[in-house]
Formats: sequence, structure tokens, C-alpha cells
Amino acid sequence: MDNLNTQDQTETLTQCFHCGNDCLDEHYHYDEKDFCCIGCQSVYTILSENQLCNYYSYNTNPGKTQDSKAAHYDYLDEPKIAASLLDFSDENVSIITLYIPAIHCSSCLWLLEHLYKINPSIVNSRIDFLKKQVVITFKHKEFSLRELIGMLGAIGYEPVISLQDVVKEQNKVSDRDIIKKIAVAGFCFGNVMLLSFPEYFGMAAFEHQFKTFFGWLNLVFAIPVVFYSGRDYFISAWKNLRNKVLNLDFPLALGIAVMFIRSIYEILSGTGAGFVDTLCGLVFFLLIGKWVQQRTYHHLSFERDYRSYFPVAVTLISEGIEKPIPMDELKVGDRILIRNNEIIPADTILMKGDAVIDFSFVTGESAPVQKVLGEMVYAGGRQINEAIELEVIKPVSQSYLTSLWNNEAFEGKKKKIDTFSDTISRYFSVALLLVAFGSAAFWMFEDSAKAWQSFTAVLIIACPCALALSSPFTLSAVLSIFDKNKFYLKNTAVVEQIARINTLVFDKTGTITAPEGFRISFEGDLSHEEQCMISSLARNSGHPLSRELVKWMKINEYFTVSSYQEIPGKGIEGLVNNKMVRIGSASFINIKTEKKDTGTVYIQIGEHYAGYFSFRQRWRPGLKELFTQLGSKLNMHLLSGDQDSERDFLLPSFPWEDQMHFKQSPQDKLNYISALQQKNNKVMMLGDGLNDAGALKQSDLGIAVTDNINNFSPGCDAILDGAGFVKLPNFIQQAKDAVKVIHISFGISTIYNAVGLFFAVQGLLSPLYAAILMPLSTVTIISFTSIATHMFARKNKLT
Amino acid sequence: MNILYFLIGCSVFLALIFLLAFFWAMKNGQNDDTYTPSVRILFDDEIPNENKK
Repeated sequence: MDNLNTQDQTETLTQCFHCGNDCLDEHYHYDEKDFCCIGCQSVYTILSENQLCNYYSYNTNPGKTQDSKAAHYDYLDEPKIAASLLDFSDENVSIITLYIPAIHCSSCLWLLEHLYKINPSIVNSRIDFLKKQVVITFKHKEFSLRELIGMLGAIGYEPVISLQDVVKEQNKVSDRDIIKKIAVAGFCFGNVMLLSFPEYFGMAAFEHQFKTFFGWLNLVFAIPVVFYSGRDYFISAWKNLRNKVLNLDFPLALGIAVMFIRSIYEILSGTGAGFVDTLCGLVFFLLIGKWVQQRTYHHLSFERDYRSYFPVAVTLISEGIEKPIPMDELKVGDRILIRNNEIIPADTILMKGDAVIDFSFVTGESAPVQKVLGEMVYAGGRQINEAIELEVIKPVSQSYLTSLWNNEAFEGKKKKIDTFSDTISRYFSVALLLVAFGSAAFWMFEDSAKAWQSFTAVLIIACPCALALSSPFTLSAVLSIFDKNKFYLKNTAVVEQIARINTLVFDKTGTITAPEGFRISFEGDLSHEEQCMISSLARNSGHPLSRELVKWMKINEYFTVSSYQEIPGKGIEGLVNNKMVRIGSASFINIKTEKKDTGTVYIQIGEHYAGYFSFRQRWRPGLKELFTQLGSKLNMHLLSGDQDSERDFLLPSFPWEDQMHFKQSPQDKLNYISALQQKNNKVMMLGDGLNDAGALKQSDLGIAVTDNINNFSPGCDAILDGAGFVKLPNFIQQAKDAVKVIHISFGISTIYNAVGLFFAVQGLLSPLYAAILMPLSTVTIISFTSIATHMFARKNKLT
Repeated sequence: MNILYFLIGCSVFLALIFLLAFFWAMKNGQNDDTYTPSVRILFDDEIPNENKK
């Protein structure tokens, strides 16, 4: 078989004008352009008919390949379903927000905003590029929702429509509120600073008439800052106090309150200038820190569950009539129709048709499963054969699949990540109160006026502004660094969690295997002619394995094939050189084999059995080095839903044999993780499919690995793009370094606090010291954390 | 020096106008999508009947 590999490929592949994919030997030619498939060509046809070829002038090959198309949108004609999707609808126009994962370049933007050229019933369409959303206003009387979605599908921009309306949930999250608060705080801070300067520089005698005026004006500016911008700190501190928790918001709220009260007292009594300047600055910087922490650099959903995996509607067959109904109206006993490539929404029994179901996303088992009539079919599988009829035996919400999500173990147990600032603030608050009361008690006997002064001064100066900023700025810098390397975290607390991990658990299929490409090997003996015959036959088929086979064999001579036939789920056959060639599964070839390996394709030429090809999934590049690197520091485990046929292939790169387990059901995986946790391990789980959903949720840190971040991924703490997979050790190291940076900046801010406290306990703190110390420490912390984090990122090769 | 009262009043009033203008812009959604307009501006209005073969 070696001679096959050494043959040079002489023909140069042409690229598809639409999507840029290599055109295989049978490609389409239209309008002097080449297309890889009929889908791409038809998109081009639609665009050229509507004078929209500008699409191709902004980018080369802007499209996405169109080779799989089998969606039905009949259900969108149901008024009830349509109404739940529309944002707005009146007599004439409707507005809908659609999530279109295919949006990726300026051509997409241009085309989708010129939809009115294709159909004038579309009034307006506007894209939000980063969210990959398009808002379309259309006249629903002339152009129904179904036609609209159909048209988008036809030009290659098929929207994702799911039960858990991801689009609407994303829109709710908005940072408008906090930005308004920052604006108010900034506005007041600027004005107050202006009005406080004369006081700091000292005023001439004739200017003293302004002193009271400035003081009063300052107080007026402080009111919105305390009661509007700083409101959340009081609320949060109060809530936490009631739950008997001391978090960082407590000393902050205390500091704000004390500053405000003391300023009122000083200004009203004319004894001083007050701390309004520091107060406004404090709130302003704190809010900026909060905003930085909340900011997201991407628009991914981490909270997806089964509802976003299932379609919106399902085809019901009642009295011989097919009718689409919304998923939540599906009842036990209903008879449903599932077409090719559709997902089975509930636990059912097969009533009619030939079911070949791909459960890979649910069980992790990569080979499709064949079912016979009357057999139970679990929810979540994808039918990859002709249309089948099923009878529902359990409601959608109670299927085996959904029970994985609604596992009792998770009820009322929300994963809470302990952050450094939470831990430290417990001690910090106590220490702060001790010092404050201590100095008050000390002065009480000496000079009772100074007792009040030093007490408030301690609370003001020790207000942990710099401390509160060090975590958000460090962690959000890490977040954006990870983002550039295609590792997307749910929030900043996840970074700290990564640093604590000591155990790694990998799923196999889809996680450590590459998305495409197979390791193909052949067992048997074939002449060159026979190889050509196999290749000639296989190139007629669109089946992925056939395509892989043709690519791998690299044969340039072809014979003509007659009476070609493809039996879905089984194999292909045809007459080549007057010999019947059959390629397919063991049952198709009619041979008995002991190997019950699913990635095997058997060959029959004429009457004799010629051997078999075995297809094995390829590992991700650099997997072995990755495991060695990680294994030196962390405990490694591997769980797979597959049969153990791959065990021997994995051992060279994954030498921890007793920590490698096969045939794991989703529940097994979950139990395995919690068993590890009971031994006080901090477990990071990396998985990809629904079968890992429970385990991802149970683990201390669940990472969904995916090769297309816009595809569905189960609920998790972080999403890792397959391309960033090899950088995993770097990510972990960077997280650890980030925690180091936080610790150091905590040290720095403590030094500032100590200096301030030195003056405060003596009752010597003047507003000027506070006004200098607070911004100075803040600026130090912000610049230190961002510079240090980026330096570590360079060290960890994550720039 | 009493002119100072008037001037400070003016400056605060002016600053308030800018603050309100910012609020109006926020409410209008001008800051919701800060990326797409940067791409949109690059498109030509209309390329008249380009490379139609």
C-alpha cells in the first residue's frame, strides 16, 4: 500500500470562487468561475442575479461552504411559533433579531445590509458584527418569516433558531447602567477637583468668602456620587452583612459613608474642607474597576442547556397530516416525523423507517447506531438516514438527555469560586475595624476631639481602593490575553480557579481528537488497478469516509462506473471494469468479522473479499508533548464514551494507563469527577459534547473544547477553541502568574495603607494627604498590574 | 471677584449639558455596537455595474 502514498499529486486544485475550499475532481463551472459544490454555485447565482457581486470584491472567497443543506422551516408559518421569535410586529412590518454564526467578514456585513436588493419587502437590515446578529425589518404580508429565513439560508447565512432564545438573553446583559454611574461620578469628580484646588493651594484673606461657597457646592456634587453612583456598594455590603459575610464592599461602603458624613460635618461647621474630592475620586475609580471586570470581549453564551440544542419545532403527524408544532406542546403518545439531519427531541419508540442515529454528541461514541422497529430511541440523537416516524413516550423535559442537566446533584448548588479578594477582605475588614476602634480608644483618654478625627481618618485612608482594583485589572488583562489566543472565559474569577487546578480530566472524542482527517490504514493486498477501481467508485459518493478515502489514495486515473448505487448507512456499489465493486460495512459486504470496530470499511471486488480500510480519528497536533508537559505537574485522567479499541494507540502519548477509562456513560463521568473531588482534588474537566455536560458542571472548572466556537457547546466555565488546545500549559501558567501579580499588588497597596494609617492614627490626616495618596496608589496599582500581566504573557508565549 | 459666582455657575451648567448629551447618546444605543460602524464606513455607496461578464 506504500506505493499509493508516494505517488505525486500532479493536478493543481482549483479553489471555489465562493468559499475558497479546494474543488474536488467533480466541481461545478458557471459564469467562468469554479465552485466546489452546487450550494456555493447557487448562492453565486442568486447574488449575481440581484447585482450583489460586490460581495466578492471586498474579500476573496468570503462564503462558507454549502455542502450540507437539509433544513425545514415549515414551522415558522405557525403564528404562535413566529410570534415567539419576533421582537416586534404590527399590521405592516415585523422586526426580528437573528443570530447568524456565519457572519465573519466585511462582505457578510455588506451583503446582509443590502438584503433589500434581493427582496424589496425587506425594509431594513442591520448587523451587530461582534454579536453576529442581524436585525431585520420586513413587511410580513408580502414576505413571510419562513421565506425570509429560507432566503437567508439560500445565500449561505442560515440563522440559528433555538428554544432557549440565545439572542434575547444576550441582549439583556447591558453595561449601560454602570457606564451612566461612571459618567455621573466622573462629572462630579472633575468639578469637585476644580473647586477643591484653591483650598489645597491656600487662599488669600480676601478669597475666604468663596470657601463656604465651594464647600457647599462640593457637598451638592457629592450627593449623586454617594446615592446614585455608589449605591451598589451599600446594597452589597448590607446584603453580605445580613448573610454574615464580610466582603470587600463592606470597608468600601464604610469608607464612602464615613467620608461623606465627615465632609458634611466639617463643611457645615466650617472646621475644614472635607474629603469630597477623595470621595468622588474613590467612587469613580472603583466603578471603572468594576466595569473593567464585567466587560466581555466576546459574545459567547456559557449558559447553554438542552433547550438551545433542540430545534424550536417538531413535525407532528396526526391523522396522516404533517403539522409543525412548538416543542413544548409535544405530548406523550404523539407521532412525530424526523427527517434526515434532524435531532430527536424526546425519548421515543421507532415506528417506521430505517433509523441510523448519530449519538456522538450525547454519548461520545463516534459511530452511528442502527435501530430496528419498536426499539427505544433516546433524545438527542441525530438521524442520518431517510425520514423516520417515532412515537413519543416521555415528555421532552423528562428525557434521559435532559435529566443529565437537571441532575439532582446540582439543585440549589451553585458553583461559587472563592476569589483572593473575597478571602483577604474577611481579614482586612476585621483588622481595619480593630485599628479604627483602637486609635479611637487611645485618643479618648488623651483628647476626645482627636478620637473622632482619628477614627474617621483610619476608615477613610484604609479604604481598600487599590486592593479593590488590583484583581479586576489583572484578571481582565488576562482575560483579553486568553481571548486573543482563542480561550474564552466566562468571567474573571475563572482565572483564579485555573491557578488552583491540580487534576486534569480529558474526554476523548472531539476533545483530544482533531475535527477532521483520519489516520487511514489498509489491511489486505490490492493491485494498482484495484486501487484505481476503488477510488473511481468512492469518488461518486458524498459520504465523508468516501471523500477521505479518495483524498488519501491520491489516484489520478479513473475508470467509468456504471449502475452506481449508494445505500445510506451501509455502503456503495457499482460496476467498474465489468467487475462489481462494493465498499461498505461488514453486513453490506456480507462477511463475518470478529472485529466490531466501527471505523472500518470493507472492500469486495467481484466475488472476492479484498480487505478493509480502517479509519481512525487523528489526534490533535502536539498532543503527546502536551500530555508530557502537563503530566509532569498535574494528575492526568482520560474518560471516553467509546469502546476501548483506541487504548493501544493512546498509550504512547498517554502513559497513565490506570487513569484511562473507556465505555464511560455520562453519569459515570460525573461520578468519576466527584470521586476525585472527594479526595480533595481540584478538577478541571475538558469535554466537548452533551455527554460531558454533567461532568463539566460537576468539575471545579469545566472547559468545553470546540472547533467552531459558534457551534453549540454545553454549559461550562470556559470555551477553548481547538486551535488553542496546545497552549493549555501556557494558559495554566499564565493564570498562576496572574495570581502572583495580584498578591504583589496587594503588598503594594498595603504599603500605601500603612503610610496613610501612620498619619491617620495620630489624627493628623489632612484632606490634602488623602487627595494625594488615593489617586497615587490607584495609578500605581493599575499600571503595575497591566505591565506585569503583559510581561508574564510574553514569557508564557501568549502574545 | 463676585463675577466668580457667575462663571462657576456657567461652567457647571455647560458641563451638565455635556453630561445630559452623553446620557442621550447612551439611551439612543450609540455605544452598544462600537465595532460595526467602523467596517460599514468603508463600503462604497454603489459600484455601478461591476465586472459583469
